[in-house]
Formats: sequence, C-alpha cells, structure tokens
Amino acid sequence: MTETEISEFPAKNSYLNELTDSKKNLKNEQMDQIKGKYGKYGGQYVPEVLMPALEELEEGYERYKNDPEFLAELDHYLQDFAGRKTPLYFARNLSKKYGSKIYLKREDLVHGGAHKLNNAIGQALLAKYMGKTRLIAETGAGQHGTATAMAGANLGLETIVYMGAKDVKRQQMNAYRMELMGTKVVPVETGSRTLKDAINEAFRDWVTNVGSTHYLMGSVVGPHPYPVIVRDFQSVIGREVKEQILQKEGRMPDSIIACAGGGSNAMGIFYPFIEDKEIKLIAVEAGGKSLKCTEKAALHSASLCAGEEGILHGARTKVLQDKNGQILESESVSAGLDYSGVGPELAYLSESGRVTARYATDDEAVEAFHELSRLEGIIPALESSHALAYLKKSSEAGELGEVVVVNLSGRGDKDLETVLNLRGGI
Amino acid sequence: MDRQKISERFSELRGRKEGALICYVMAGDPSAEKTEEIVKALVNGGADIIELGFPFSDPVADGPTIQVAGQRALSAGMDTQRYFELIKTLDVGVPLVCMTYYNPVFRYGVEKFVEKAADAGISGLIVPDIPVEEAADLKSSCEKHGLDLIFLIAPTTTEGRVRKILERGSGFLYLVSRLGVTGAREDVSSSTRELLSRVETGLPKAVGFGISTGKQAAEVREAGADAVIVGSAFVKIIEEGKDVNERLEALASELKSGIRRAS
Repeated sequence: MTETEISEFPAKNSYLNELTDSKKNLKNEQMDQIKGKYGKYGGQYVPEVLMPALEELEEGYERYKNDPEFLAELDHYLQDFAGRKTPLYFARNLSKKYGSKIYLKREDLVHGGAHKLNNAIGQALLAKYMGKTRLIAETGAGQHGTATAMAGANLGLETIVYMGAKDVKRQQMNAYRMELMGTKVVPVETGSRTLKDAINEAFRDWVTNVGSTHYLMGSVVGPHPYPVIVRDFQSVIGREVKEQILQKEGRMPDSIIACAGGGSNAMGIFYPFIEDKEIKLIAVEAGGKSLKCTEKAALHSASLCAGEEGILHGARTKVLQDKNGQILESESVSAGLDYSGVGPELAYLSESGRVTARYATDDEAVEAFHELSRLEGIIPALESSHALAYLKKSSEAGELGEVVVVNLSGRGDKDLETVLNLRGGI
Repeated sequence: MDRQKISERFSELRGRKEGALICYVMAGDPSAEKTEEIVKALVNGGADIIELGFPFSDPVADGPTIQVAGQRALSAGMDTQRYFELIKTLDVGVPLVCMTYYNPVFRYGVEKFVEKAADAGISGLIVPDIPVEEAADLKSSCEKHGLDLIFLIAPTTTEGRVRKILERGSGFLYLVSRLGVTGAREDVSSSTRELLSRVETGLPKAVGFGISTGKQAAEVREAGADAVIVGSAFVKIIEEGKDVNERLEALASELKSGIRRAS
C-alpha cells in the first residue's frame, strides 16, 4: 500500500467495532475452550479440501483483527457506508402499551435495510486484505446476498451469490437488486431449492475455487472460524447499545430481545453483554405454523426450542432432523429465519441457560409487524417482528422487566408483498 | 457370505501386481432390490471393492449427480435399518465400504452405527465431512469393531495435515484427484501426479473424483495409484435407467482392463 492510501484511514484511539478478543474479555472458562468449540458444539465438520482454507481464514482474521489499518478502514465503512452508529430509539407508544421502557436498536437503518452489512463489509474487507479476488455467498430471502453485493461492488470484488431457485422466484426484486450491483445470482435447483441448498452449493463452489475465493458466510453458523468472525463483526450492535443505554438510562437494561434464525443479530447484540449475568438475553425463534414436524419437514424453524443435536454445514449444533439424521426442511413466514440449524455458540448459550430460547408463531409475528407499524411508524422486518412479538407474550407473563432493548434487525419494506398476500390483497 | 477385508483384497492384488477398481453407487437408488443387481453387475465387471453410499439430505462434498441419486434413494425409502439389511443380503465376496456423511452416523449413535455396520459385513467407512481433528469417537469405535476408517487427502492438504491423516487412516487413503466435488470430468489433472508422489505411506493409495473412462483409469494407475475410484459415471448410468446392469458391467470391465493394462 502507498502512504497516501494508509493515511486515508488513519489509526484512532477507538473504533466502532474493535473485534474484541473473546478470550481477553470473557472469563467464562467454557467459552472457546478448544479452538472453535462451545462446550460440545461448534467444530469443523467439512471436507478435507476445505480444512486448509479454514486455517488460512483463521490466520488471516487473527492477523488483521487487531491491525489498526484494517480497523480504521472498517470503521470508515461502518460509519460512512453503512451509516453507523444506529440509534437506540425509545419507543414511547410501545412502552406505554406494555408498561416497560422499550428501546429499539435501529439496525433497520443500516444501509441495505438490515444488520447484515455489518458482517458483509467486514468479511469482504478481510477477504481483500487476504488477497482474495472473488466473493461467494449464500442467501435465503436476499438480505445477506444484497449486503454482500453492496460490499463486493464497493470493494471491487467479483461477487457470486447462490440463492435457492424457490427463493429467487419469491424474492425477484432482491435478486434484481443484487444484479444491479454487479453480482451474479445463481439459482440453486437441488434439494428443497431454499437456503440450505444455497449453502451446500456455495460450499461446492468454495471447494472448487478455494485459492481465489472467500466464502462470505452470512450468519454465525458453519465451521470455525465463521461463528467467531460473524459474531465479532456483528458485535458492533451490542457495543453501541451498551454505551447508548448508559447515556439514556444511566443503567443496563433488564432484558435484551432478538430474533434468531442462524443467530447473527442475536449474537451481535448479546455478545458484549454475556458477562453481565443479571441481564436476561432472549432469542426468539420462528415458530412457523406450530412446533410440529411432518415426516419430511418441520412446520417451524425453531432449532433451539425443538431441534436436536446434529451436524449441519460444518458445525455441531441444534438441528431440525428426522430419526435417520436427514435434515428436515424448515418453515417460517420470515425467509430470513427459515433455516434448519442455528449457530453453535447460541446452541451452547441456550443449553447453558445464559440465553433463553423462545419462539413466536407466524401469526404472532405478523400481528407484531402491524402493531409496530401503527404505534411507532416503523415497519419492521418479519424477522424482527418475531422479537417484537415476544414483548406481548412476556409482558402478559410479567417477565418483561423495566428497561428492555429489542434488536430491530431489519426494516419491513421487503416483506410488504408477503404480508399483503397473507391478508388476501389490498 | 464371507467377505474379504480391504487389506486382504489389496495384498491379493499386490501379489498379482494389479491395481484395484473401487466402484461407488448409492444404496437404494433406485431401490434396494435394484442395488443388489447393480452391485453384482459391478463385481462381474471387475470391481475389487464396492463403496455403497448411504444417502444424506445435504451432501456438500458431492456433485449434482450423486446428490440427486441420494434424493432418489431417500424418496424410495432408504434408511439406516434398510441399509444394513441390504448390506447383509448382498451376495458378493468383495469388501464393502460405507460412504456417508457424519450426521446420519452421529444421529444413529456413532458406536451403534459402527457396530451394526461391522455386523452387516462392512469393512470400511468413509465420512467425507469429518476431518481427522473431529474423528476421535469414530476412530475408536472403528478400531473396536474392526472397521477401517478411510480418510481423504486433497491437493490442498498441507504436509502437516498429511502426517496427521496418515497416523489415523487405515484400509486405504482416498486421494482427491482435484479440487471440487465428485462428478465425471474429461481430464486427469496434474495435481493427481503431484499428490501421488508427495504422499508417502504403506497404505494403498486410491484416487477418485472425476474418473470415468478406461483411459483415465490407466493414466491414474500409471501415475502410481494402487486403486482407482469411480462413482458418478456409474450413478449416471443408473439415473438414465437404460440397460443398466449391462452398461454398468461393461464400464466396470473397461475401467478394470485400463487398470490392468497399466499394471
């Protein structure tokens, strides 16, 4: 790099996201005890051909995460490209209704309309520092694909996004958005033609093009070091909340609520609070139609609440599966939560009791979607509506606490058609 | 029926200075009954070892040919119990190797899966999504029940990893001839030669991924492989569904004579 390029992003005393080293800040001995393991969860269950790539990625991440130049450049993108910090908004009308002080962390205001860019820009930058020229990613509804497309376009990296053929059809506008930014969208026709098949296909691409390519994983899932990297890049959410809530309330919140599919927005807001044991951390999964399963498919996406231990996409975690270990298709009104697994660290935190796993059904989420739109003039993503739906449930149960933070992980513009179809048109 | 162990087969072939043909098909594709005929046809054609895939819904190391075969097998009702029953009834004397992914094994119970596999007459296990670092449980169960645990080595595998794999592998080593997933391809890459020469082991070296013709099989054998693994080319014939057994036998025989020619 030339000197002028270096001075473009000068080192600072502090950064929006400092990619804190878990081992330094967490005293919990069980955390990260073995490389990439969270208790019995996590690990690296991948074909041998990818093991060197994971080692390379881990080395690259360890090398750059404390590099002032990298952090300064990341800071620049988080601030001026993504639009951070995002506000912590006191939702007055919602608070009145539920009798608690409810704050919304406005990740819906991040460029692209969801928290996904925090991670995408971080990993894309890492890929660039590591000398990769090509990004691949999977996407379900298209939020992570869009974030990757943005990051790829901005950083000048060739970008390919794998998307289930069913999802391409359901989310044509998102596919088009990606294409506008120069990304090649590849529809995946195998399996259930949804997110998990897109992940399989992205893995296959990576296996084939491992030298030039960075696989930009969109959630805290997959083999080590992905759950760590994605969590760290998303932890900017929780870091900001910690500072903001102290300014506004002079105290820590009683509880923090986030929706969880793979779990990236949940881990991002929870992680800086893990050691603050008095704060209740609640992950709300997609309960779909009900927590039942048919022979081939689950009617929900609640891996923490109703899944069983298994291995999916490179990690040991909670998985929706049948008795023969075949992965079940998942279901949810919200495409971003519609996944048969969950991040291994979240599985561990939920099992150890640090995180409370709950679920909201499709109907409850859609009700919350309408409620926030009306009460606050904010249309939430259907994903985030699951977290909002839990407000009602827990306030009825008297469990809400005085000061509550809900991670509003995305905006709902992308979901208008879905919701409109549910009520049978205008 | 008594089946040979993998090591017995290789030492027999070594005595004749002959390379082995390892044939992969998906168990239960298109049905368990058909698999019996298919395996016989392959053995008649010259297969020395049969790899029988146990289907998994999300096979990340396989290309579309084998993934779709797995979906067909699952739709036709293949499950763990039927798989072991099928293995038991197979009327062939060559060693049988089970190839599947870790989740079905894990879910069934690692120890129980390995025990049932050994009882059914399987002599080796290949699990492509479990690197040596995660394989301790599987390895100790395999040792207990006398099964070979076969590991893969890829062109990207570093020297340090090769050493770790050689310490733990048994039966044979599965060398991935090129980057990518399973599936028939035109050429045998130069990385195959490089890989064969840099991996030093007493275990037989079997090369797979992308081999589909007698000519390629001969090239791989000439490059120093002790065995040639062919899968997708057979699975394609099964998928097409025309004169399946005859064509499988003919292809196995073409591959085997290629290997013999080069021996």
